[in-house]
Amino acid sequence: MSLINSAPEMAITTRVDDLLNWTRKSSIWYMMFGLACCAIEMMQTGGPRADLERFGMAPRATPRVSDVIIVSGTLTLKMALRTKILYDQMPEPRYAISMGSCANCGGLFQLAYSVCDGVDKVIPVDVYVPGCPPRPEALTEGLVKLQEKIQKERWLVRKAEPVGVRA
Amino acid sequence: MPLDTAAIHARLRERFGETIGDLNGVGRDAWALVPPGDIAEVARFAHDDGELGFDCLSNLSGVDYPKDEAIQVVYHLFSYRDRHWFVLKVNAKRDDPVVATVSGVWPHADWQEREVFDLLGVRFDGHPDLRRILMPEDWPGHPLRKDFVEPEEFHGISTSRESLLRT
Repeated sequence: MSLINSAPEMAITTRVDDLLNWTRKSSIWYMMFGLACCAIEMMQTGGPRADLERFGMAPRATPRVSDVIIVSGTLTLKMALRTKILYDQMPEPRYAISMGSCANCGGLFQLAYSVCDGVDKVIPVDVYVPGCPPRPEALTEGLVKLQEKIQKERWLVRKAEPVGVRA
Repeated sequence: MPLDTAAIHARLRERFGETIGDLNGVGRDAWALVPPGDIAEVARFAHDDGELGFDCLSNLSGVDYPKDEAIQVVYHLFSYRDRHWFVLKVNAKRDDPVVATVSGVWPHADWQEREVFDLLGVRFDGHPDLRRILMPEDWPGHPLRKDFVEPEEFHGISTSRESLLRT
């Protein structure tokens, strides 16, 4: 059946949460936050070969309109303070992806005096992408994992508080 | 016309006499010691002199020698015109290291001196803008000194790191 003439007659049923999540996950805007060599791979991921834009993802230069911060590279203590500020400036719901060994755990430089070993010491992280640096395919996989996470979220359903249960 | 290191040393001695220390080492890394207060004058001469013509300060670095109670600042001079090299070294007192600036001679010495100030605490007398360049502005101490003790935390970010050794 062709959609051309029948689409106006069709009705689609879905849950509102699913629809909201579907729209949200299809327009993830990531903040350009390149710290080191991983940033080169992040640029490649946004380039024509890996082409993140087919998932509706676009780089943004400001935290005010970004949905996800991709921390790509070695996080120094000096930058860690800035990272916290930038993350706080992002509107909720916001997500963080830790890209590469350095952002995950400090990697090669974790014992250096100036390096914060892991971005999760500063901001909550949703997806860790391993690799040194991760290939564009790996970062794409990480972003698809984030899409899956977003699709599973429930905004309009609240669990009732358990009655009579004391911690 | 390219000069060998002995000729460069002789030329410096001719102008400054015993202020220039003995020639040590061979080849590219042959070096001579200069007193901290005289380095600016020596650098000016090495830059302006028609025979020496050191138009490039290819590196300016610092080393901490706690046993000698000294912080050594090392100047790698290079001449693009004549393709010859020379190294000058300055021993500053470790408890109060003050060295005359050469940023008036080679403008690119500005940031390199800031780096040595940042990491080793050498104060460059006459420097136009002596601030930290790599570490955060409120960082305690100078991390490349051998007796540097890392702070427990930096603005609430713990700096304790897991040992890499498996026990």
